[in-house]
Amino acid sequence: MTLSAPIPEHAQLAACPACVAAPDAGDIAARAAGAQGAGLMLSLPGAHCAACIATVEQALAAVPGVRSARVNLTLRRASVDAAPEVTAAPLITALQAVGYEAHELDPGLLSATETDRQGRDLLMRLGVAGFSMMNVMLLSVAVWSGAGEATRDLFHWISAAIALPTVVFAGQPFFRSAWASLRVGRLGMDVPISLALILASGISLFETWNSGHHAYFDAAVMLAFFLLAGRYLDHRTRAVARSAASVLAALEVPRATVLRDGAEVVLPLAEVVAGDLVRVRPGGRMPVDGVVVEGQSEVDRSLLTGESLPIFAGPGAVVSAGEGNLTGPLVVRVTAAGRESSLHRMADLVAVAESARTRYTSLAERAARLYSPLVHILSFSAFGFWMWRTGGDLRYAVNISAAVLIITCPCALGLAVPAVVTAASGRLFRKGLLIKHGTALERLAEVDTVVFDKTGTLTMGAPEVTNLGDHPRAAVEVAAALAAASSHPLAQALVAGARAAGVHPARVEALREVPGYGVEGVWKGRRVRLGRAEWCGADPRAVTASYLCTGEGAARAFTFADSLRPGAEAAVASLRGQGLHVVLLSGDAQGAVADMAARLGIAEWKAGVLPAEKAADVQARTQAGRRVLMVGDGLNDTAALAAAHVSVSPASALDAARVASDIVLLGQDMAPIGDALRISRQASRRIVENFGISAAYNVIAVPLALVGMATPLAAAAAMSLSSITVSLNALRLK
Amino acid sequence: MEILGLLIPVSLFLGGLGLVAFIWTMRHRQYDDPEGDAQRILTKEWDDHPKP
Repeated sequence: MTLSAPIPEHAQLAACPACVAAPDAGDIAARAAGAQGAGLMLSLPGAHCAACIATVEQALAAVPGVRSARVNLTLRRASVDAAPEVTAAPLITALQAVGYEAHELDPGLLSATETDRQGRDLLMRLGVAGFSMMNVMLLSVAVWSGAGEATRDLFHWISAAIALPTVVFAGQPFFRSAWASLRVGRLGMDVPISLALILASGISLFETWNSGHHAYFDAAVMLAFFLLAGRYLDHRTRAVARSAASVLAALEVPRATVLRDGAEVVLPLAEVVAGDLVRVRPGGRMPVDGVVVEGQSEVDRSLLTGESLPIFAGPGAVVSAGEGNLTGPLVVRVTAAGRESSLHRMADLVAVAESARTRYTSLAERAARLYSPLVHILSFSAFGFWMWRTGGDLRYAVNISAAVLIITCPCALGLAVPAVVTAASGRLFRKGLLIKHGTALERLAEVDTVVFDKTGTLTMGAPEVTNLGDHPRAAVEVAAALAAASSHPLAQALVAGARAAGVHPARVEALREVPGYGVEGVWKGRRVRLGRAEWCGADPRAVTASYLCTGEGAARAFTFADSLRPGAEAAVASLRGQGLHVVLLSGDAQGAVADMAARLGIAEWKAGVLPAEKAADVQARTQAGRRVLMVGDGLNDTAALAAAHVSVSPASALDAARVASDIVLLGQDMAPIGDALRISRQASRRIVENFGISAAYNVIAVPLALVGMATPLAAAAAMSLSSITVSLNALRLK
Repeated sequence: MEILGLLIPVSLFLGGLGLVAFIWTMRHRQYDDPEGDAQRILTKEWDDHPKP
C-alpha cells in the first residue's frame, strides 16, 4: 500500500467535505518502528459489557507469564503485557474457556492505528477552537446586546486576542489542504473555507482597528469549530476503516514452522523460500504452495474451491496455500511462498479487479463539486455588485463578500455526511459488522440483488451428522468410541452428534489413528474401523460420509452435511422481506446446494459454479442494471466479491476474500446483514435530508448577506442552528 | 462598569483553566477508550479497596 505522492492528494480532493491528508507513508514508518516492543494483541468481537471486561482481564491475568491485560472496549481489543515466551494460543484457549471468541492480531500492523497521532491532533485543535469560541461568544453577546463605543472596542480587541491565535492554530488543516489543492489547480472544498476564515479574521481586525460596529471573530472561530468537528468525525470513521483493514490483515498472523537442519523453527512467512521444508500440523492451514514429502492426511479445500469433501493427501500430492490440514502431520517442500503462492496470485487478481471497478462518486463528493464554484461565484459577484453600487467603497464591498462566504460556510455540509456515517457505522459495529470502505454504506443502500455463497458463508464450514437414526444403537456406540480418538472434523461431528442423541461410546480398545485413512480399534475381540470408504472396503457415496466396518455385514455410512450458520435463515428472510432478490451460487455438488436453497427458501440457485463463472454471473447481473451485494468467504468467491457493487465476507473467510470485500462480519451470526441493509438505506436518506437542511438555511441566509443585511449575530445563528439540526438529524438513525 | 475590569480577567482565567484541563486529559490519553471507561465504572472489582 505504498502510495505515490499524487495519489493521496487526489484522493484527498475527491473525498472532500472532510479531507484529511492521510500520511500513509508515515503510517507505514510508524508501523515498522512500533513493531518491536509491542505486547500481544487480541481481537475480541464478542466483548460488549462491563462484566466482559472483568471476565476477560481476569482470565488473561490467570494465564502464567501474563503481567497485565487491558481491554479496549471501543476497539474490541485486548492488549496483553506478558513474558516473551508467552504465545497467543494459550490466551485464546483461556478466553474460549470463559466463552469469548478471540483472534490474535499482529501488533506491528496495528501500532499505526493505535497511536493515532492525527486524530489526537485534530481533537486538540477542536478543543482549542471550542474553548475560544465559548469565550469570544461571551464577549460577542455583550456587543450584540448593545455595548457602547469604548466597551465595544475593548471587547473586540479581547476577542481578537483570543480568536486570531485560535484561527491560526485550529485552521491549519484547512489551510494546508486548500494550499495543496490550489497548487494542483483545483478548487477543493477547503479553498472557500480557508478564504472565509482569513477574510473574516482580516476584516474583523481592520474593523476593530477603525472602531467599526461589526466584527466576525466569533463567526471565524465557530466556523473553525464546527468544521473541525465534522472533520474529526470523518477522520474517526476513516481511522476505524483503516484499522479494520489492518485488523483483518493482522488476523492471519503469517508464520510457518520450518525444518532447518533437523530442528523446527517458527519463521515469518516472508522469510520462507522455495525449497524449504515446512511442517503443517493437523488443524493448521497450509502457509505455502508445495508438494507433500512426508506424512498422510486429508486436506480441506473448501475455502479455495467451495467443495465440502476433504481430499486425501500423501507423499507427492500437490497442496496450495490456504488449504486446511485435517488429520495427520505433513511435511511439505515449498514450491512457492509469500508473493508467488497461488493465494497471493489470487489476491493480486483481486487487486486488478478492484481497480477496474468503476469509481464510485459518493454523495459528499457530488455535493462538494457543486458547492465550491457556487460559493466563489456568489461571493465575487456580491463584491463586484457592491463596488459598482457604492461607487468603489472597497471596505463595504469586502465586508459583504466576507459575510457571504461566512454564511454559506459549509458547516452543515461538512457535518452532513460524517455525522450520519459515524452514527451508522457505530451502530453496525455494535452489531458485529466492520465497514472497511468509506462509501460502502452508500453503495449498500442501493443494492437490489443479494448473491450468497454456500460453504463457509451460509454454512459454518463445520459438518453435522445427518443419518444417526438410520443405524442400530450398537453401531453408533462403536462409531462414537472410534471417533472420539480423532480430531478430524467429521469424527468430532460424529462424537457431538452421538452425545446429543444420548448415546454412550462402547468400550473399544487399542485405538489407533491412521492419518489420512481413519481410526481403528478392537471391539469385542474384533477389529473395527471408521474412516474412508476404500479403507473399509465400501463403495464411496456422493455425499460427505465416514464409513464404519465392524466385520459383520456391510460397512455403514455416516453421512454429514454442513451445519447452517446461525442467523442465516433470519438474514435471508429479512433480505427477502426488504424486497431484495436473493440468489445462491455455490461450487459444491447439486444435492447439497438444492437442500440448502430449499431450507432457506431461496428460489434461484446454481451448483458446481466455477470461480470465474461466479464473477461472470455477478457481472452479467450488473450489466443488466442490477446492483449486486455479494456475500462470500472462499478464494473461489474473491473475483465475484471484487466485481460486485458491494461485498460482505465473514471474519472466518480467507485473507484474500476479506481484502476484496467492503464489509466484514465479525461474529459468527449472519443476521446483522439484514440490519446492515436497513441501516444503510436509512443513513443514505439522512444524508440527503441533511443536504436539504443545509441548503434550506443557505436559501434563507444568503439573500440577506447579499443585500448587506447579515449581521454577525445572523451569521452565528445560521451557522450554529444548521449544524445542530444536521447533527440531531443524524442521531435519529435507529 | 468597573466590575468588568475584574470579571473579564476572571472569565478568561476560568476559560484558560478549562483549556489546560482539556489539554491535560488529551496528553493522558483519556479519549482512547470512551466506551470501555463508561463500562468500567460498573465493575465491583475495586469497590472495597482502590486499584493499586
